Amino acid sequence: MEFIMNHLLTLILFSPVAVAILVILLPREEVKLQRWVAFLGSLIPLALSIVLWFAFNPDQPGFQFQERYIWYEPINSSFHVGVDGISLTMVLLTTLLTPLAILASYSIKDRVNTYMFFFLMLEMGMLGVFLSLDLLVFFVFWELGLVPMYFLINQWGSETGEKEIWGRKIKARTYASFKFIIYTMAGSLGLLLAIQLIGVVAGTFDMLILFEQMGSLEGTLMGFPVSTVKTVAFWAFVIAFAIKVPVWPFHTWLPDAHTEAPTAGSMILAGVLLKLGAYGFLRLVLPLYPDESRYFAGALAFLATMAIIFGALASYGQNDFKRLVAYSSVNHMGFVILGVAAAAFAINSDNATIALEGAVLQMFNHGLSAAGMFFLVGVIYERTHTRNLNEFGGLFPLIPVYGGILIFTSMASLGLPGFGGFISEFLVVRGAWPVFTLFTILSMIGLFFTGAYILKGIKQVLHGPLNERWKGHLPEINVREAFVITPLMVLMLVIGVWPAVLLDVINRAVMMFYSLYS
Amino acid sequence: MEASTLVWLLPAPPLLAFFLIILLTNRSKALSHIMGVGAALLSFIGSFVIIVLALQSGHLGEEPFTSVLNWFPTGDTWFQIGVWVDPLTVATLFFVAITVLMIFLYSVGYHNYGAPKGDHDAPGLQPHGATVEDEHGHKHRVPSIEPMYSRFFAFISLFAFGMYVLVVSNNLLTLFVGWEIMGLCSYLLIGFWYAKPSARAAAIKAFLTTRVGDVIMLLGLAYLYYLTGSLSYNVIFSEETLHMLTSSPTPFFGVSAAVVIGLFLFIGTIGKSAQWPLHVWLPDAMEGPTPVSAMIHAATMVSAGVYLVIRVFPIISAGMVHGEPTLTMNIMAFIGAFTGLFAATIAVAQNDIKRVLAYSTISQLGYMIAAIGIGAYVAAAFHLMTHAFFKALLFLGSGSVIHGVEHGVLHTGEDIDPQNMFNMGGLRKKMPITFWTFLIGGLALSGFPFITAGFWSKDEILADAFAHSSWAVLIVLAFAALLTAFYTMRQITLTFLGESRTESAEHAHESKWTMTFPLIFLAVFAIVAGWPGIPIDFPVIGGFIPNFIHDFVGETLAEHPETITFNFVPLLISLGVSLGGLALGWLVYKDVKAGEPDPLEKPLGPIYRILKNKYYFDELYDFLFVRPSIWISRQFTYLWLDQKIIDGILHAISRVAFSLGGLFRNYIDKPVVNGFGDFVGESVKWIGRASRFIQTGRVQQYMVMALIIAFGTLFYYLFFLSQP
Repeated sequence: MEFIMNHLLTLILFSPVAVAILVILLPREEVKLQRWVAFLGSLIPLALSIVLWFAFNPDQPGFQFQERYIWYEPINSSFHVGVDGISLTMVLLTTLLTPLAILASYSIKDRVNTYMFFFLMLEMGMLGVFLSLDLLVFFVFWELGLVPMYFLINQWGSETGEKEIWGRKIKARTYASFKFIIYTMAGSLGLLLAIQLIGVVAGTFDMLILFEQMGSLEGTLMGFPVSTVKTVAFWAFVIAFAIKVPVWPFHTWLPDAHTEAPTAGSMILAGVLLKLGAYGFLRLVLPLYPDESRYFAGALAFLATMAIIFGALASYGQNDFKRLVAYSSVNHMGFVILGVAAAAFAINSDNATIALEGAVLQMFNHGLSAAGMFFLVGVIYERTHTRNLNEFGGLFPLIPVYGGILIFTSMASLGLPGFGGFISEFLVVRGAWPVFTLFTILSMIGLFFTGAYILKGIKQVLHGPLNERWKGHLPEINVREAFVITPLMVLMLVIGVWPAVLLDVINRAVMMFYSLYS
Repeated sequence: MEASTLVWLLPAPPLLAFFLIILLTNRSKALSHIMGVGAALLSFIGSFVIIVLALQSGHLGEEPFTSVLNWFPTGDTWFQIGVWVDPLTVATLFFVAITVLMIFLYSVGYHNYGAPKGDHDAPGLQPHGATVEDEHGHKHRVPSIEPMYSRFFAFISLFAFGMYVLVVSNNLLTLFVGWEIMGLCSYLLIGFWYAKPSARAAAIKAFLTTRVGDVIMLLGLAYLYYLTGSLSYNVIFSEETLHMLTSSPTPFFGVSAAVVIGLFLFIGTIGKSAQWPLHVWLPDAMEGPTPVSAMIHAATMVSAGVYLVIRVFPIISAGMVHGEPTLTMNIMAFIGAFTGLFAATIAVAQNDIKRVLAYSTISQLGYMIAAIGIGAYVAAAFHLMTHAFFKALLFLGSGSVIHGVEHGVLHTGEDIDPQNMFNMGGLRKKMPITFWTFLIGGLALSGFPFITAGFWSKDEILADAFAHSSWAVLIVLAFAALLTAFYTMRQITLTFLGESRTESAEHAHESKWTMTFPLIFLAVFAIVAGWPGIPIDFPVIGGFIPNFIHDFVGETLAEHPETITFNFVPLLISLGVSLGGLALGWLVYKDVKAGEPDPLEKPLGPIYRILKNKYYFDELYDFLFVRPSIWISRQFTYLWLDQKIIDGILHAISRVAFSLGGLFRNYIDKPVVNGFGDFVGESVKWIGRASRFIQTGRVQQYMVMALIIAFGTLFYYLFFLSQP
C-alpha cells in the first residue's frame, strides 16, 4: 500500500504500458480476450487516479505526489512527475475516457491486439504530458502520443472516403493521418528547439526551477540577449500548442483527423488530445513567459474569438454529421483559449481566477461532451455506414432510446444550463468580459450558432419524416454502448447541477496558480 | 418545517416525475400521467402552503422567506444560490401553480386518454383517429390516443420544473437556468410531432430566436456579476449596488452600467416574451399540442420574460429622478407599446383560432412591457397574473374547440382544417361549457367592464399611463385595446355564434370532463383574479375589497409605489375601447356564411394582405438572416475560408516542401550524392573487371608478373630515384 502511494503517479503513467504489452502478447485468435484484457486493464489507471483524487490535498500549494529519478544527467534532465489541481483534473479525464473509448472499440475486428496496444500507449503518452514536470520529459511524451494516434487513424480509420489532392485521389484517412502528424510535428519542431534554448540558458529542464528562475535569467546565447531568446521560445511554444488546441486558423487538421479516425480515436482526440494544447498554455506558456503572454494576450483572445465564431459557423455548414461534431470542438475550445487569454492578461486578479477556472472546467466538460457526441455519431455510423446528414431523417421512432441520449448529449454540448458546459462557459464569459469586452460580445455570435448547429444535427438525424430506407435496418443502442455513454451523461449532469465537485479542486489550484511563478 | 425548506422542495416533484417517466414508467400511459399530474398537484399544494404562510407573515417585502447555500467557488468567495419568496414571487407562484395543474389535467383529456390506438398512428405524428365497431356492426371513426402520451407528460413536467425554479430563485443565474430549461422544453414540445416538417421548423425557430435574446442576457449577467460580485437579489437590488451601477461609466455611448445591464437583460425578455422584433417564433409555436400553447403562451415561458423585467425593475429604474423614466424604461415603453399595437393588428387578419390567440399574447405582453416602461410596476405584475389565467383559459378552450371539430372531421370524413375559424360557427349549442368559459376568457381579454379580471388590470395600466402623462403610450395602448376587443369578438362570433358552416362543426361535441373542468376552474379566476386589484377610490364598487394587489405586490420594492388617484378619463377610455371593439366585432362577423371570405378583406384591400402575411416579417428575416447565415456557414466559412484559403496555404506549403524535396533528390541527391557513391562503386567494379584477366590461377604467369614488376621497380629505382 505504501509502495502504491509513494509511486502513485508512475504507476498511473506506466500501468497502461504493462497492459499494452500483455495485450500484444496474447494469442492472435483470442480477440475477445484481448478486448477484455485491454478494457479491464485500462480500469487500473482509472482506479489509481480515483485514489489519487481522494488522496490529493487541494489546500496544499505546489505539486504533490512528486517523484524524481535520474534520467539524463549530463544535461540536467530528470524524470520528474507531479500533480496540481489542474493536471489532476486532466489525468482523471484521461483515465476516465480511455476505458470508455476501449469499450467503444469492441466493434473493431481487425488486428485487435495491435489496436489495443496503440490505444494504451496513447493513454501513456497523454498522461505523461499532464504529469511531467520536466520540459524534456514533457516533450518526449508529447511526441509519444502522436505516433499511436497516427496509426489509429491511418490503419483503423474510416474505410470509405477519398480526398483529391494535386489531381490524385488518395484515401481520406491517409490524407487525414498524414496531415495530423505532419502538422503537429511541424509545431513540435519549434517546441523542441525552444526547450533546448531554455535548457541551455537556464541549465535545467526542471519546470519547478524554471518557474522560479525564468524571470531573473540573464546572459546571452550565441550573442543574443536572453529577452530575445525568450521571445523566440515563447512563439515556438505558442505555435506548437496553438496547433494542438487547435486555435483558429491552425485548426484545419482537426476536422479531417476527427472525421476519419475510428470512433474511439475521435473520442480520445476530442476528449483529451486537444486538451494537451490548452494544458500546454496553462502549464508552460503562462508561467514561463508571463510578460510575453500578457503582451500578446489580446491577439490570442482575438484568435479564440475567431475560433468560437468560425468554428460554429463551419460546423453549421456541414452535411457530414461527424465533421459537424468535429468543428464543434473548434468552437468549444475557443472558450478555453479565451479564458486563458483573459487570465494571461489580467494576471492575479479576480477576473483571471474566474476565467482560468472556467477554462479548466471547460476543458473537462468538453472532454465529456465531445467524447459523447463522437461516440453517438459512431453508433449510428456503424449501423447505417453513412455520415451524411441528408441520408438520415426521422429516425427517432426507430431508435427512441438512442434519440433521447443524443438529445441529452447534444444539449450538454450546447451548454444548456443544468449541464457542466453552461457553468464553464459562464465563468469564461464572466472572466473575459471586463478584460476583453469586445471579444466577449463577438463570441456570443459563436454561442448563438452553437445552438444552430446542434439543432441542425438533431433535426437531420432524428426529426422530420422517416426515411423509409432505415425501417427494420436500424437496431436500437445496445447494452455495451449504453455502458459507454451512461458515465458521460451522469458526469455532465452532475457537474452541471453541483459544479463544486470539480470546481472546488480547480478553484484552489487556480488560486495558487500565480504563486507558482510570480 | 421551515417555510424556506418547503420552497426548496417546490420544483422537485415535476423533476422527479420527469426522470421517473423517462426511465421507468414510459411504457405505462396511466402511470405516466399519474406521475405528471400528481407532481403538479404536489407542487400546487406546496405553493399554496407557501402562499398562505407568506400572507400571514406580515412584512414579506422586508423579510422574504429565503435561504441560501454555496454552489461553486470563485476565488475566495462562493457563488451562492438559494430560494426567495417575496410578494412578487407569491403573486407569480399563485398563477403558475394553478395554471400548471389545470394544464396537466387538461392534457389527459386532450391526448385522448382511454381512446383506442390509432389505425395508422406513428410516434412523431398527430393521432389520426381509430376505427371502432359498435354492437350493431357499424364502423365509426373516433379520435385515437396520442402514441407518445408518456413522453408528453415527461416533457411538460420538466417544463413545470423549469418554471418553478425560475420563480423561487433568489438569484439571476438559477433564474436563467430555469429560463433555459423552459427553452429546451418549448423546443421539445413545439416539435413534439417532430415528423411534421412544419413542427420541426417551428421548434428550431423558437429555440434560435429566443437564443438571440439569451446570449445577450448572458452578457448582462456576466457584466452585473462582474460589477457586483453577486447575482443574488438581496445584493444586486440593494441601495448601494444600485447607486454604484448608476454611477459606473461604461464604454458604450457614455451610458451608465445600470442602463447597459438593464438593456441586456431586457433583450433576453424580448426573445422570451416574443416582443418585436423577436416575436416571429411565437405564432409558429402553435405547431405544438394545445396544452403546450397554453403552457408556453400563458402560464410559463412568456410570462418568465415579463417576470424577469418586473424582477429587475430596481435596476431598470435605477437613476430615476422625480418620476422621470430612465433610458431603459423609455426603450421598453416604446417596444412594449409598439408590439402591443403591432401584434393586435396582425391578429385581426388571422383565421387559425390558435394563431389569433398567439398574436393576442404578443400584444398583451407588450402591454406589460410598456407598463414597466412607464414605471407601472404593480400594474404590470397584476396584468401578468390576470392574463395568465384568461389566456390559459382561452388556449385550453381553443384546444377543446379544435378537439370537438376534429371529432366532427373524423366522423364526416371532410377534408378541412379543424383550426380554421371559418370552418366553425354555431358551436355554442354543441359545446356549451367550452362556449361559456371561452366567452368569459374572451371578455376578460377584451377588458369587459367591471366583471372580468382583464378589465381591472388593463384599466390599471391605462390609468398609470394617464397619471404619468405618457400620452403616446396611452393612445397606442388604447388603440390596441380596441383592436383586442374587436378580434376577440370576431373569434367568438366566428367560432361559436351563428350557424355551423361545415358538416364537421355540425357534428362537433363537448369534450370530456378532464378538459372542461380546467376550463371552468380557470374561468372562475378569469373573473375573480381582478377583484383584489380594484382601486380603493373607484366609484361605487371601490373599497369593498382592499386594493390588495397594490399594497401587497407593491411591498416588493424598497420604495413602495404611490397609489394613483382615480380619474374618469382612463376609465372612459377603457370602457369605450372595450365595448366599442366588442360591438364592432360582432356587427362585422355575425352574418358570415359558409364559403364567404373575411368581410374585411375587400374594404381593407392590400392592407389586409399585409396583415394576413404578418407584415412579411418571416420573409424579411429569411432574406436578411437565415439565408445569409446558411451561405456564410457553408460557402464562406467552410468551403472558401477553410478548404480553399487555409487548406490551400497548407497544401501550398506542403507542395513547396514536396518540390524542394524533389529538387534535392533530382539535382543534389541523385547526381551528386548518389552519383559519387555510384561512381566509387562503379569504378571499383570497373577496375575489378578490367583487372580480371590477370587473375588466371596459373602459378607460372604469376611468377612472370612478379618478375616483371620486380624488374620494373628496380629499373625505376635505379634510373629515376637514385639519381644524385
